[in-house]
Amino acid sequence: MFEIEKIRKQFPILKQKVNGKDLVYLDNGATVQKPEQVIDIINKMYSQYNSNIHRGVHYLSNKSTELYEGSRETIRKFINAGVTEEIIFTKGTTDAINLIAFSFGEKFINEGDEILIAETEHHSNIVPWQMLCKRKKAHIKVIPADENGELILSEYKKLLNKKTKLVAVAHVANSTGIINPIEEIIAEAHKSGAKVLIDGAQAVQHKKVDVQQLNCDFYVFSGHKMYAETGIGVLYGKKELLEEIPPYQGGGDMIKSVSFAKTEYADLPLKFEAGTSNYVGAISMGEAVNFINSIGKANLERHETELLKYAEEKLSLIDGLTIYGKSENKTSAISFLLHRIHFYDVGMILDKLGIAVRTGAHCAEPTMKHFGITGTVRASFAVYNTKEEIDILSEGILKAQKMLS
Amino acid sequence: MTTEQIQNEIIDEFSVFDDWMDKYEYLIETGNTLAPYNEKNKTPSNLIQGCQSRVWLDAEYKDGKIYFTADSDAIITKGIIALLIRVWSEKTPDDVMNTDLFFIDKIGLRENLSPTRANGLVSMIKNMKAYATAFKAKYES
Repeated sequence: MFEIEKIRKQFPILKQKVNGKDLVYLDNGATVQKPEQVIDIINKMYSQYNSNIHRGVHYLSNKSTELYEGSRETIRKFINAGVTEEIIFTKGTTDAINLIAFSFGEKFINEGDEILIAETEHHSNIVPWQMLCKRKKAHIKVIPADENGELILSEYKKLLNKKTKLVAVAHVANSTGIINPIEEIIAEAHKSGAKVLIDGAQAVQHKKVDVQQLNCDFYVFSGHKMYAETGIGVLYGKKELLEEIPPYQGGGDMIKSVSFAKTEYADLPLKFEAGTSNYVGAISMGEAVNFINSIGKANLERHETELLKYAEEKLSLIDGLTIYGKSENKTSAISFLLHRIHFYDVGMILDKLGIAVRTGAHCAEPTMKHFGITGTVRASFAVYNTKEEIDILSEGILKAQKMLS
Repeated sequence: MTTEQIQNEIIDEFSVFDDWMDKYEYLIETGNTLAPYNEKNKTPSNLIQGCQSRVWLDAEYKDGKIYFTADSDAIITKGIIALLIRVWSEKTPDDVMNTDLFFIDKIGLRENLSPTRANGLVSMIKNMKAYATAFKAKYES
């Protein structure tokens, strides 16, 4: 049973007042708040189990290694990867994309090759590919979006050709919440011989993800957007591909043996985890999965879909409010502008009312350019948000509109 | 009036508001009274790019004094700009360079100056001081 009050109670931060009002936290697309069980495990790590992983023979080192590797297995199940070695811990989504841009790029990208990305990507899924293309004299091609922000699949198919080596798209576009048709994108890319990276930073916390069913080659996501600590993320990659591409960074833990003449790299997954990894973060990520599982992905999805529909209905009633990114396939975010009113002003007034939203270009300037604007106000939802909070948001918007026009 | 006196005057005006809404409404009103900015001067070199709101700033030196004009696409930012111009326009380069800017803190608008707001105001203050330094070097040495 889905009991919102019970869920909210697990998030200590939500109990506070901001500017004298009950906090209404609607900036979950940027980062989500943490439940007690995640905070507890981090606390426990430092008060009971802390020791470097994969190093010592002693009790504590074994304990933290066990928890770290246990977390990897929990995450494998969470996205239904085939084997545990396919789960690589990274610093986050951006780090995972950079890893692939480097390692996959080293092995498979050559002069004249093409990488396809979507017009609605955030900067993390644009800039690493630009850097790679510059290094390798390869080219970026952009899958265009229509006026609603949905990717145009027919154009995508036309862009695919035998020079296309990689397609990198978001599962969910961060600035609009639109769910991209990745099943079809992946299938088409494979038909044409290209590999596919899916950026799941805005998806795994909202939707069921099954990487085997999707058949994507890489899937990346961040811990802090799915109720875990910051500074940790995951790269899923198909085992045979991860084995083929070279390591990204060198250091301890990613080697079998080192001499000045020759170094042998470790097997997966450690090959890509140089240095002491953020094991506390990784363990918190496993616990975050436990939290999500305790609610149930289906329950969570149902609740968040209800919130989105309610917010769309509610906000559509406001005169002079335009929603950017219209689609039947959306999750947990709503981006909007008030006629002739700057998003910054709206954000400032909402803040005064205790409502946290994101304003600006959402690290997705090309998307804003596509809509012919410089930014929006974005309200984004998590499992602990309520319809009452959306009512407060809607009243807040009306108040801001009155003050600012 | 000295820059210090003007700042104290602004603090006095804001002291009557105990509610944030009244304060912001006054700020918005102030923004609306800002002298119009010549659209022709909305050049890239006059633009201070914040990742939230944009600010344009231009300055002229006449008879020993600096005349600032500025604009922003966000009205709250514009309100603060109007206050800054009130403090610094028609002042000498020395006045601007030597001002200890204390009024923003005192009227409780500090949050608008935090770098995370990225509204261009922090850079605007820096640029206003830079204009003063440049005018002094060009015309007064």
